[in-house]
Amino acid sequence: MDQSAPLSGTKAATRPARRPFLSPLNQRRWQNFKANRRGYWSLWIFLALFILSMFAEFIANDRPILASYKGELLTPVFRNYSERVLFPDDPLALPRIDFTDPFIQDEIKAEGWMIWPPIRYSYRTVNKEVPTAAPSKPAFLFDGREELCGRYLDGVEDPNCTGGNFNWLGTDDQARDVLARLIYGFRISVLFGLILTAASAVVGVTFGAIQGYFGGWTDLIGQRMIEIWSSMPVLYLLLIIAAILPPGFWILLGIMLLFSWVSFVGIVRAEFLRARNFEYVNAARALGVRNRTIMFRHLLPNAMVATLTFLPFILNGSITTLTALDFLGFGLPPGSASLGELILQGKNNLQAPWLGFSGFIVISLMLSLLIFIGEATRDAFDPRKTFA
Amino acid sequence: MSGTPLLSVRDLSVAFTQGGETSVAVDRVSFDINDGETVALVGESGSGKSVSALSILRLLQYPAASHPSGQVLFQGKDLLSAHDKTLRKVRGDDVTMIFQEPMTSLNPLHPIERQIGEILKLHGAGPDTDIRARTLEMLEQVGIRDAEKRLKAYPHQLSGGQRQRVMIAMALANRPKLLIADEPTTALDVTVQAQILLLLDTLKREHRMSMLFITHDLGIVRKIADRVCVMTDGKIVETGATEEIFQNPQHDYTKHLLAAEPKGKPIPLNDNAPVVMTGDGVRVWFPIRKGFMRRTVDNVKAVDEIDVRVRSGQTLGVVGESGSGKTTLGLALTRMISSDGQINFNGQDIGEYSFSDMRPLRSDIQIVFQDPFGSLSPRMSIAEIVGEGLSIHEPSLTRDERDSRVVAALEEVGLDASTRFRYPHEFSGGQRQRIAIARAMVLKPKFVMLDEPTSALDMSVQAQIVDLLRDLQRKYDLAYLFISHDLKVVRALANEVMVMRNGKIVEFGPAEQIFDDPQTEYTKALMAAAFEIEVAPSGVVNE
Repeated sequence: MDQSAPLSGTKAATRPARRPFLSPLNQRRWQNFKANRRGYWSLWIFLALFILSMFAEFIANDRPILASYKGELLTPVFRNYSERVLFPDDPLALPRIDFTDPFIQDEIKAEGWMIWPPIRYSYRTVNKEVPTAAPSKPAFLFDGREELCGRYLDGVEDPNCTGGNFNWLGTDDQARDVLARLIYGFRISVLFGLILTAASAVVGVTFGAIQGYFGGWTDLIGQRMIEIWSSMPVLYLLLIIAAILPPGFWILLGIMLLFSWVSFVGIVRAEFLRARNFEYVNAARALGVRNRTIMFRHLLPNAMVATLTFLPFILNGSITTLTALDFLGFGLPPGSASLGELILQGKNNLQAPWLGFSGFIVISLMLSLLIFIGEATRDAFDPRKTFA
Repeated sequence: MSGTPLLSVRDLSVAFTQGGETSVAVDRVSFDINDGETVALVGESGSGKSVSALSILRLLQYPAASHPSGQVLFQGKDLLSAHDKTLRKVRGDDVTMIFQEPMTSLNPLHPIERQIGEILKLHGAGPDTDIRARTLEMLEQVGIRDAEKRLKAYPHQLSGGQRQRVMIAMALANRPKLLIADEPTTALDVTVQAQILLLLDTLKREHRMSMLFITHDLGIVRKIADRVCVMTDGKIVETGATEEIFQNPQHDYTKHLLAAEPKGKPIPLNDNAPVVMTGDGVRVWFPIRKGFMRRTVDNVKAVDEIDVRVRSGQTLGVVGESGSGKTTLGLALTRMISSDGQINFNGQDIGEYSFSDMRPLRSDIQIVFQDPFGSLSPRMSIAEIVGEGLSIHEPSLTRDERDSRVVAALEEVGLDASTRFRYPHEFSGGQRQRIAIARAMVLKPKFVMLDEPTSALDMSVQAQIVDLLRDLQRKYDLAYLFISHDLKVVRALANEVMVMRNGKIVEFGPAEQIFDDPQTEYTKALMAAAFEIEVAPSGVVNE
């Protein structure tokens, strides 16, 4: 006798016939996910950080979010403005307004106003008024504003001697603000990881599904190809390809995609192999359902459980690989905001521990959050999970 | 018989907690088992009979399960409140169990000698030579031939019946006072079932032990039990001596259970009905390949040169033990697997059709599978499941037309159509099988292969499904290929019967003739085992 039968049969009668937003199965999974408090909180913290970092331009930027000049509303955060906006008749006007220039600030303030983001540096802005030689230490390690604003024209009285212009986590060895670089670096890491994971999931699930569903020779040949493919020394290949092709976000993504999809094939193939002889799959075949439809409608949901459980860990792996490549100098082009590059600077500037520490803390925070979410996801999809 | 019973279950309740909700599976159940007595616990699935039996030895999954009330007194000691250590001494020594599934109850990685020896060793049987001698003795007692050679056998080298014999040997190794048998023959063929029941009865007498026998099969109860407890919805509704219960049932549920056998007569045989499906010399051979070049040295002849003919509005019952090739034959006829020989459907020779050639014909040829729990995709709603075939074979239907066809099909099989947005797990086994039938019927097929459609269901539900199938057949003139090992169901539905064994036809003829006047020894043995639970003379059937 099925022991669970008396459990599930009891409340069926009271449920309305209307279709709920989440299927009952997914509702239970969501309950299981929430029951893992650590993962649940990690999800919200991660989502908050991720969404905030998507608006990095509004948080850390060397241009105002909004400015008004002679009644005209400027949105420097979205577009460049030529200096002709301010000085229409100046033959020497530059094609870009440098809003950090005190002269320009005075001009705009005289004729209007501007709203700055909380941090007045972008990831590539060089702080021309660093209090000490770069790398300069975090603002909270200085003794008061006199020291911090020593390089400004009017010292403490200077209008630029404000919180937004302090380097709260110090600067790197090129006098760029560490906090701004962290925010942008977090964003690019997570985006890189997400895109790479999604792309490799699509490729890997496709290959795994085809091999598992058709089995036989398809499976045999596919598996041997994958074995050969995955025994290539990935890091060397990456280094060689990175030396030939110009470094860049998409090229790096493409190269890594070549190898990362393999990790999905195994689990998806196993799920399809297992499920292709399920009776409801046979029933669908008996109805004359096409192979592709069977794979999508009947088998993929089975394989998605394993895939989703795997996903956060692949995401973590992708992020770590990107960081490692950046650290080695084969990653994103020079000047990009990158956590790996920050760690490298930390290694090269042991006298400036804030570089290494802040990079380390952000990376470990990000990876831990993702692992916790992954754990909770695994709990949620565990079919044997029961809560007493 | 002494004054105190061997086992006394008093007010036993079992509750399960899941996701904060508590449901009571067993509600204040009480029964006694005296020395040397066989008590049968009878009920349909979900009645709580297995759960009650498992709680005697506290084998449920705690803490999800709990016992709000009750005592299990074994020789005066309460097992429910006993210490784990005390309980371990009782388990496997004084009280032992055999389970339903002999495939999974044995560890596939150990030879049977070790598995029987382990239980002896755990309960302090002397040196290894003694254990070996005792193991051998037990195997001989349970009727394993050449026991000495079998000691080193692994479970997969034994047949289902032999495995269940090994399980019994394990259970009896320590001369228990009470044996709990949880549906020990449900997974076995009828002929083997008769042998196992006879063995249990003999051993029970020899060892002078008591037995708690859990089953849903009233025929077995009548054969083996001294007293019967009828359970439903977690309660025992009637207790009494076996003959008394069968002759003079008091409770409505017992009456209902006794009356639940598949009844009714099949549609009368009509030799002039048009032939829908014929198979001519159908052959499904699986090659056995050996050596480096993978030469075919022999074939497993799952289906060997079989001729069949199914007429419109008629049912051909295919019966046989497991492994006789009856399902393979059905799958070959419906072109779900490849086969040799001619298969003719409605004048078309479909024997050589590829899968895509078959697609247009799939709406005429439908299959209802055995396991209603496995044959419905758990992630699709009922409307999606039933409507799936329509979207393939009648793609011109609008969404509303398709929905109304689904509603009509569900109502036809006796389901409330407003439940069509629910998912399969919210339905009982019988309801699910109705859904599976609706999925086949919505396409208005001409030929339906029914692959053991009732064997996973309770007796009373079986009867309903058989009635439903017969009504549908009458209404739409359907041709059924009815595959089953359950002869009672076949008798109620089939008007022609084919008995299969090892891929070959043993006997074929009108149903009445096969049932009432079987010609071959094998068919006779099959009938005796199915209807009388009689053991056939050795050599006629498998072990």
